[in-house]
Amino acid sequence: MAEFEPKIIAFMCNWCSYAGGDLAGTSRLQYPPNARIIRLMCTARLDPAYVLKAFAEGADGVLVAGCHIGDCHYVSGNLKAEKRVEMLKKLLPELGIEPERLMLRWISAAEGERFANTMKEFIARIKKLGPSPLSAGV
Amino acid sequence: MAEDKEKGEKGTKNEEKEEPRIGVYVCHCGINIAGVVDCKDVAEYASKLKNVVVARDYKYMCSDPGQQLIKDDIKEHKLNRIVVAACSPRMHEPTFRRALEEAGLNPFLFEQANIREHDSWVHMKQPKEATEKAKDLTRMAVARARHLEPQQKPKVKVEKAALVIGGGVAGIQSALDLADMGFKVYLVEKTPSLGGKMAQLDKTFPTMDCSACILTPKMVDAARHENIEIITYAEVEEVDGYIGNFKVKIRKRARQVLEDKCTGCGLCAEACPVEVPNEFDQGLGVRKAIYVPFPQAVPLVYTIDDEACLGCGMCEAVCGPEAIDYDQKDEILELEVGTIIVATGFDQFDATRKPEYGYGRYENVITGLEFERLVNASGPTGGKLLRPSDGKEPHRIGFILCVGSRDAKVGNPYCSRVCCMYSIKNARLYKEKHPEAEVYIFYMDIRAYGKGYEEFYRQAQEEYGIKFIRGRPGEIVEDPKTKNLLVRVEDTLLGLPLEVELDLVVLAAGMEPARDSDKIQRLLRLSRSADGFFSEAHPKLRPVDTLTDGIYLAGTCQGPKDIPDTVAQASAAAARAAIPMAKGEVETEPIVAFVRKELCIGCRICERTCDFGVITMVDRKAHVNEAICKGCGACAAACPTGAMQVRHFTDEQIYAMIEAALRGDVEEGGKEEVKAEA
Ligand SMILES: Cc1cc2nc3c(=O)[nH]c(=O)nc-3n(C[C@H](O)[C@H](O)[C@H](O)COP(=O)(O)OP(=O)(O)OC[C@H]3O[C@@H](n4cnc5c(N)ncnc54)[C@H](O)[C@@H]3O)c2cc1C
Ligand code: SF4
Ligand code: SF4
Ligand code: FES
Repeated sequence: MAEFEPKIIAFMCNWCSYAGGDLAGTSRLQYPPNARIIRLMCTARLDPAYVLKAFAEGADGVLVAGCHIGDCHYVSGNLKAEKRVEMLKKLLPELGIEPERLMLRWISAAEGERFANTMKEFIARIKKLGPSPLSAGV
Repeated sequence: MAEDKEKGEKGTKNEEKEEPRIGVYVCHCGINIAGVVDCKDVAEYASKLKNVVVARDYKYMCSDPGQQLIKDDIKEHKLNRIVVAACSPRMHEPTFRRALEEAGLNPFLFEQANIREHDSWVHMKQPKEATEKAKDLTRMAVARARHLEPQQKPKVKVEKAALVIGGGVAGIQSALDLADMGFKVYLVEKTPSLGGKMAQLDKTFPTMDCSACILTPKMVDAARHENIEIITYAEVEEVDGYIGNFKVKIRKRARQVLEDKCTGCGLCAEACPVEVPNEFDQGLGVRKAIYVPFPQAVPLVYTIDDEACLGCGMCEAVCGPEAIDYDQKDEILELEVGTIIVATGFDQFDATRKPEYGYGRYENVITGLEFERLVNASGPTGGKLLRPSDGKEPHRIGFILCVGSRDAKVGNPYCSRVCCMYSIKNARLYKEKHPEAEVYIFYMDIRAYGKGYEEFYRQAQEEYGIKFIRGRPGEIVEDPKTKNLLVRVEDTLLGLPLEVELDLVVLAAGMEPARDSDKIQRLLRLSRSADGFFSEAHPKLRPVDTLTDGIYLAGTCQGPKDIPDTVAQASAAAARAAIPMAKGEVETEPIVAFVRKELCIGCRICERTCDFGVITMVDRKAHVNEAICKGCGACAAACPTGAMQVRHFTDEQIYAMIEAALRGDVEEGGKEEVKAEA
């Protein structure tokens, strides 16, 4: 049987994490190809509904990545995202989704390696968890 | 059908309502993408997506012919949305937006799928998966493109004044250049005088000019310049706003000496009974509690060191012009500037972090900067190099290179670029005065890359008889009686362990990011590279810009460099900063919040969420002050009804991408003139 290949949606801020992904690219760091990145200007834009929408559409995992605390281009956008992710982690079990399927990471524009490692780690984690209870029916 | 090219701005309304006609362009980027991703297959796939009228793949989309392809298609096929699947939008989005504009299409009707940095370069061994991913990313981009709307870039006036932070040689050069171009410059320096590290140096390689002799005239020029306002003993506390209109708060610390009255005569310092170590001499000499850091200080105004001062009143008693004011308070200055240049320099690596060399424990182990002060005529020993332990002239000196550089163990894998050269300089200086002395240089590799540097190094070897030993010393042991030093090193050329007894060891402590880089980073929202220095916007093509528009980098705050490179970069930063100021206005991003009034229920959640006070309530509906909105989107994410949105990042656009990413199926094919060709 073919190995389970999870579908992952990643929301990343333009200034740090998306750029960290670019650096991983210029540095030719290799990581598994499961994630599809959606660029936001700041993680502050992350409407919790986006995460729910992603799970409802069959995502097996959702990764949110932004600037390190204190480095957000809009000062505290990432703090707001952190609160929203915490809130979502409490909510997800109610919908039958393991909270581990949602991950928040701070990745700076200089951290290509951290970017690649985060991808590896998160994808491995979701592989272990198996298909999302919601995606199974899709 | 819209005639978008003729209508330009007016076309706005029509384009919103009309059916999207999308052109998709898949770039090979030579073999960068095509070597992994099957670009033809991706283009063919894209041609079947709904609303896609044309889909092509091409070798280099960013090239002139590549852009022309887009422009021709816009005209021929009446395209009103463009998707390019290529490198990162952070790379070429501006290029393609311009192409749209040139073809009469609003530049925001463009979307880029990143199939290079986020795909072909990171999945090099998985061509099949990478091609699938490229299709997904293209489909997501097409989905978003359907919902894109034209945007107008607001224009803002640019204040014709610049702030330069840091008064080392970099900051001074940038300030002089901008001032000569006719712009007002505020030059802010943390310490009581301009000059930075260069003021502390004795001679400079490879020409052996006296450092102060070439620096002090520049300092004086800056002080005399009618367009430069020097603000010393001061630090930036707050920076608000954006390119064109930065609002800056500066804390000018109380010197307790009135700048306009002090004549710099120095009677006060003579009278002052308190002596403390002088930072300018690396703590080797002393200064008074009321002091100037060095005789040529600019401004030549005394400063009372609050921590050392006893409040005895001696200085006040002797000061003729009544310049002393013990009650002086810190002053907060508020400035408005159009651009900012960061020139905060470097700090020397703390050599105690290499305990095997005994710095801080062995008296006769000193750093390069300490050596510079000890051989300098205005230094603590009047220019005579004496051993700290016994005040005798050393006969055997060793210079150890790469201390805290090229050393992953202390977290600094980079080369500091000046230590080889300044150590050779100092070795030569000593040999010139003491031809009989034994001088050793312990090196890993000699990096003499600059103009005249290799020649300078060769001479040191061949004409000066300085002994170069290749090897990084493992440890230094002090003889407790003589205080002589035993250097243990493996000579990697001979493959032999050596022990060399020396009277004095000079550590070439490398360059590190200035200690308060964190603070500056936060104030200006800069990013830093892995080495901790501030990052430029692009390592090759935008080496002095930062990713924050209107903020530029000069000198060693961006990375280790010598004086010639520092000065060149400082002039470059000034030239870059001058562009928006000379133009007088810049276009800014239109990515700001807006309200769909019909959905707003007046709950005020957005108002509370915004950290920048952008939102007010007008007639019980949210109202956005676009001029100050930063476009972070926090309000939109908090709004319970979807009334609050961000331009170019609307809910529809993002939902469309999520759906496209996860619903793998190809949507209804584009009907007419479907093309997929190279
Ligand atoms: C021992 C030694 C010997 C050297 N010899 C040579 C040589 O012979 N030839 C050569 O070409 N190069 C030499 N160099 C390199 C040279 O010193 C640097 O290239 C040069 O000083 C860099 O200038 P800068 O303006 O970038 O930084 P700096 O000289 O570090 O100046 C930075 C300035 O910014 C100020 N500052 C920092 N933070 C703030 C803040 N937050 N707010 C306001 N102000 C701030 C600092 O007080 C300082 O005045 C030597 C370096 C060392 C360590
Ligand atoms: S986008 Fe950010 S800055 Fe603009 S109004 Fe919303 S919260 Fe405030
Ligand atoms: S949060 Fe939304 S509904 Fe509430 S006031 Fe703001 S825009 Fe209106
Ligand atoms: S800009 Fe990166 S999290 Fe706000």
